[in-house]
Amino acid sequence: MPEAALHRELLARMWLNRAFEEKVSELYASRVITGLLHLAIGQEAVAVGACSHLRTDDWVLGGHRSHGHAVAKGADVKRLMAEIAGRATGYCGGKGGSMHLVAMDAGFVTATGVVGGQIPLALGAAFAAKEGGRQQVAVVFFGDGAGQSGAFHESLNIASLWRLPLVFVCENNGYAEFTPLSAHTLVERLARHAETYGMPAHTLDGNDLLAVHDAMGKAVSQARAGKGPVFVECLTHRMRGHYEGDPAKYRELSQLAEWKEKDPIARFARMIETRSGLTAAEHGAIEADARARIEDAAQFAIASPWPDADEADTQVSAGHG
Amino acid sequence: MAAMNMVQALNSAMDVMLGRDPDVLIFGEDVGYFGGVFRVTDGLQKKYGRERVFDTPITEGGIVALAVGMGAYGLRPIVEIQFADYIYPAMDQLISEAARLRYRSGAEWFAPMTVRAPCGGGIFGGQTHSQSPEALFTHVSGLKTVIPSNPYDAKGLLISAIEDDDPVVFLEPKRLYNGPFGGRPDQPAKSWAGHPDAEVPLEHYRVPLGKANIVRAGQAATVLAYGTMVHVALAAVAECGIDAEVIDLRTLSPVDVETIAASVDKTGRCVIVHEATRFSGYGGELCALVQEHCFYRLEAPIERVAGWDTPYPHAFEWQYFPGPDRVVQALRRVVEA
Ligand SMILES: Cc1ncc(C[n+]2csc(CCOP(=O)(O)OP(=O)(O)O)c2C)c(N)n1
Repeated sequence: MPEAALHRELLARMWLNRAFEEKVSELYASRVITGLLHLAIGQEAVAVGACSHLRTDDWVLGGHRSHGHAVAKGADVKRLMAEIAGRATGYCGGKGGSMHLVAMDAGFVTATGVVGGQIPLALGAAFAAKEGGRQQVAVVFFGDGAGQSGAFHESLNIASLWRLPLVFVCENNGYAEFTPLSAHTLVERLARHAETYGMPAHTLDGNDLLAVHDAMGKAVSQARAGKGPVFVECLTHRMRGHYEGDPAKYRELSQLAEWKEKDPIARFARMIETRSGLTAAEHGAIEADARARIEDAAQFAIASPWPDADEADTQVSAGHG
Repeated sequence: MAAMNMVQALNSAMDVMLGRDPDVLIFGEDVGYFGGVFRVTDGLQKKYGRERVFDTPITEGGIVALAVGMGAYGLRPIVEIQFADYIYPAMDQLISEAARLRYRSGAEWFAPMTVRAPCGGGIFGGQTHSQSPEALFTHVSGLKTVIPSNPYDAKGLLISAIEDDDPVVFLEPKRLYNGPFGGRPDQPAKSWAGHPDAEVPLEHYRVPLGKANIVRAGQAATVLAYGTMVHVALAAVAECGIDAEVIDLRTLSPVDVETIAASVDKTGRCVIVHEATRFSGYGGELCALVQEHCFYRLEAPIERVAGWDTPYPHAFEWQYFPGPDRVVQALRRVVEA
């Protein structure tokens, strides 16, 4: 794709992610959606930059803050929205909800509410990808908090030992819930752990879409070429509280103001104005288009029926629906 | 005395114990500086300092393992697992180490530790933030399992758990933190204010482990419940008018067989209620105990009311949750049998 077109495409994907999260937040406020919601507003460049190199049959895994990963991987935003709203038309018929998304048609293998749980799962996906011989790769997203778990360290070891086609994408937003990273570890750059395990590792500005895009391009090609795992650490910031409703008193407000300045979408748009001649009108149209698609998704979810309670005990084990 | 909700009562228990015993300390995820996701440790770090109330990284296995080691070496740790659903990475430490240290060492070493964990549904947490895993712990010899249903018991039981020389898993029904809940989500949420069990002494007191509490005396049937389901059972009894005796077990292991047996001997009928999944749930054990002790007095098959045998489904929170209607149906079946 020519650069100017690529830039516009990436901007559109960023807006799709942002619009999705903002709509979820709105529906939560109006009680259409219930549950524990963790939004990734401010972190869109990571999801979009990373997933822009992936094929549909590549596999992505995420955690509790993974709406954006599924959207960026190409999951159907209608079915995602319906799932989060607990509707029958959701990807999992409403059984999963926000923290437990799955969109197999888009290669979004699973998200999990258990922090760090997705990391060793991704080893399995990568192993299967390798066995499959079709140059698939697996990508796992996780936060800096998850990077303190034992499962993370075990997974780095195995991925490098077996040269699995896996890209570790650490979204280092400096906080695990309400506690800053500095209270969790002396190693505040998680990429250093990957180096210990002999894995190529990069730490970059995760609010710079092109930086993520470039690094992920190289990482994914290396994994696809059978040269083993890569670790990409993206320094970023969530612009909302840990969960919807979190007053986020524990964060310095000045810090938030500083990061607002670094909003990945505004920043990327400013950059491509000069580099690719993006006009204000074009930008407005891209945003409006994304918001319209998400509005459709929201209306689809709202209009969808609730699942039938008789369905609830199906799909627990094989052979039961 | 002061009016307290369950969060404040639990906080008060830890406050009292930190004040009395220099070996007591508290740690877990976000419990220090932030005061806990559910605010249960609020203010304790400020009062007792970072040496005694502190944050850990996300490492449930590590948290429990640390507590085992500390306990063996003379400390008396209280750890928080932020949601009971996150305890699985710590099961090895709990089962293989904490529960066996005494047995393995000829009773020379032991682990006087308390593992606090909010449990249960009713807050739309879905599969990984709603579970009631009590039966996983009651199945392990060497662990004690406690679950309070009101502020007064919460404080007294937590103090007993902390003072106990063995590992105690202390499950806190999060739906009860701020108020009693009779299982009708469409009714306005109640607070603990004005509830008789929300009058809590400020000082030290114990509610003994292993002692159930008859929360409603009755003749027609016995309802065995614990945690949130105590309130659901009371609501069900009030709605259907059956004169049932409602027993709050409070401690699941060791369980108060005497109180249970005396009640069922009297009523001849028994309904067991828990929120956890039914198959191999704690209700199965209760059922066995009741038939062992009361078989010749039973006049109806024992009924179990429980969560479905599924993961906690996002869209079906209130269908999964065994609310008062299901309890009433079971009560009718046992009295009409
Ligand atoms: C095993 C486990 N422990 C604790 C939690 C509670 N929890 C939810 S999110 C979170 C912080 C995660 O931080 P991080 O991995 O940095 O991701 P972020 O929230 O910043 O996206 C914690 C501790 C959990 N969900 N699972």
